[in-house]
Amino acid sequence: MVAQKITIEPVTRIEGHAKVTIRLNEAGKVDHAYLHVNEFRGFEKFCEGRMVFEMPLITPRICGICPVSHHLASAKAGDDALGAPPPRPAALLRELMHMGQIVQSHGMHFFELAGPDLLLGFDADPAIRNAVGLLQANPELTVQAVNLRKWGQEIIRILGGRRVHPSFAVPGGVNKALTKEERDLILSGYDEVIATIKTGIAIMNDWASRNMEDINKFAVLESGYFGLVKPGNTLELYDGDIRLIDSTGKELEKFDPRNYLDYIAEHVEDWSYLKFPYYKKLGYPQGVYRVGPLGRLNASDQISTPMANEELKKFKLINGGKPVGNTLHYHTARLIETLYAAENVKALLDDPDILSKEILNTCRNPKPQGVGVIEAPRGTLIHHYWVKDNGQIEKVNLIVSTGHNNWAMSEAVDNVAKTYITGPEISEGLLNRVEAAIRAHDPCLSCSTHAVGQMPMVIEIRDVEDQLVQSLRRD
Amino acid sequence: MAKPKVSTDWMAGCAGCHMSLLDMDERIAKIAELVDLRSTPITDLKVPDESGVDVGVLEGGINNTSNEEVAHRMRSRCKILVALGDCAVFGGVPAMRNFFTIEESLRRAYIESESTDDSGKIPSDPELCKPTKVRALHEVVPVDVFVPGCPPNADTIFYVLSELAQGRIPDVKDDKLSWY
Repeated sequence: MVAQKITIEPVTRIEGHAKVTIRLNEAGKVDHAYLHVNEFRGFEKFCEGRMVFEMPLITPRICGICPVSHHLASAKAGDDALGAPPPRPAALLRELMHMGQIVQSHGMHFFELAGPDLLLGFDADPAIRNAVGLLQANPELTVQAVNLRKWGQEIIRILGGRRVHPSFAVPGGVNKALTKEERDLILSGYDEVIATIKTGIAIMNDWASRNMEDINKFAVLESGYFGLVKPGNTLELYDGDIRLIDSTGKELEKFDPRNYLDYIAEHVEDWSYLKFPYYKKLGYPQGVYRVGPLGRLNASDQISTPMANEELKKFKLINGGKPVGNTLHYHTARLIETLYAAENVKALLDDPDILSKEILNTCRNPKPQGVGVIEAPRGTLIHHYWVKDNGQIEKVNLIVSTGHNNWAMSEAVDNVAKTYITGPEISEGLLNRVEAAIRAHDPCLSCSTHAVGQMPMVIEIRDVEDQLVQSLRRD
Repeated sequence: MAKPKVSTDWMAGCAGCHMSLLDMDERIAKIAELVDLRSTPITDLKVPDESGVDVGVLEGGINNTSNEEVAHRMRSRCKILVALGDCAVFGGVPAMRNFFTIEESLRRAYIESESTDDSGKIPSDPELCKPTKVRALHEVVPVDVFVPGCPPNADTIFYVLSELAQGRIPDVKDDKLSWY
């Protein structure tokens, strides 16, 4: 047998543009698999010269699924650069919008992107293995999923005027207060949303119990875990300190996120437009860590809301109190976070300050730089601006959520390819499992490369002389 | 009569127009009744049918060689091509890169940025596409229907797809051009 290369292009049911190449050696075994993120837009350059107050409207165009994350991180960087911390009601309102986004993004991912694999099966016919197939197989569940996403999107629209690319946060606060009617409107959907999320948790737990073999061999990786926490190592998504733990659970660092450059750096590989963040003290790749739901739940010891905290306790039992490294448990962790976000919406709406009109700090105490950090659905998002005296942006550095998971996704692809592709017969379902390794991370590749795209699906197996040996088409 | 086939894809955009499409909420079931949804970024069919589709919808402008291929392929396989959103219609926010050179943008991201370590270099593996000047869709292929907005709102998208599904060219004007 001769060495071969398998290409999967594009990866679907993810946000953004990726391709996978799997190199086989002469014995037909997988030598290595690579995740190539294949786009680049250049926000870090073309924002130079813009005004700092424009950034919360420009940067959300990095991503249409999580624009609120960029909107808020950008406003926080503006707060920092202008020396204008928002009043408490404004911080609560921003967090409320953020919770709406977590619910819609996580909800959509579980039910509509990852769901088809879990509910219809990895090996299901690709023609129906999608949200439309789910609609036909289980219309009631699909309606619940649509309503879950809708509730999150409506919170964003009520606060910011529209669902995608809202206008709400500004340096120093927000531009609109919440009315009592709007508050009651959001609360009216609460019970149904909680029920839907619990249904999702039940579906995932059921799937996990019937697929323990897969759970335990599908990309079970060792890495650090990274995310924002509040005191007591409480899960935090809007504002806190960054906590980094190692694969055994030992705390390596806890730091003010504005000092991120002291702790993390980005490595570049020739074969991907997405860089590889890592913990500087351990170097690359020893210092890699995972972010997003799995990263955050591992880095946290508790959740501030009761139902989600109960689920976290069960989650912690999976690996006897040690961090959970199974890639497929990203789905479990994502649902627990969705539950937290929904409960937190109610907690915020019950706060006496949520209807306050004190929503903007107009004092100014400018500094040459500002950093804004938030936990986007997919991971820790960092906006760093260097700002001139007149408010014009001089330089921009962004480290975007999914980017921190780049090593993990590539490693997961390699691991799953090696675990499941063992013989010369390579079925479409096997390749779908390789894609599922990426999907579990719910990557936002537009965000992470500050770019997006798509291409047709052809799998070509070529020998070492680049002669076409076999071709599989998915169209 | 067979349902019209619809295929969508996204290029140098942000996926926001597709999210706005999903923002039609339960009306998606109505669209699924009216049309045969073929390849989209969120289904597992990867390319528009070689035998052709009736309606092709593209979000995003063109900023690299992959996008060029996607645009040409969709144009050649669909009867009516829809440019969805400001990036496809005008170039959009990503077109701000045209004020700088591609080289400067790549250097900033992969070499100069403060968090990039000594391994910084511009990725050049042959598996990767090459960046190009950012263009609107109609600068690369002829477009039949323009739906501006960043993103266009869900009501407009629902209107456009329903009209096309029933064999009519949508008239995108007045409140259908509303920013909100």
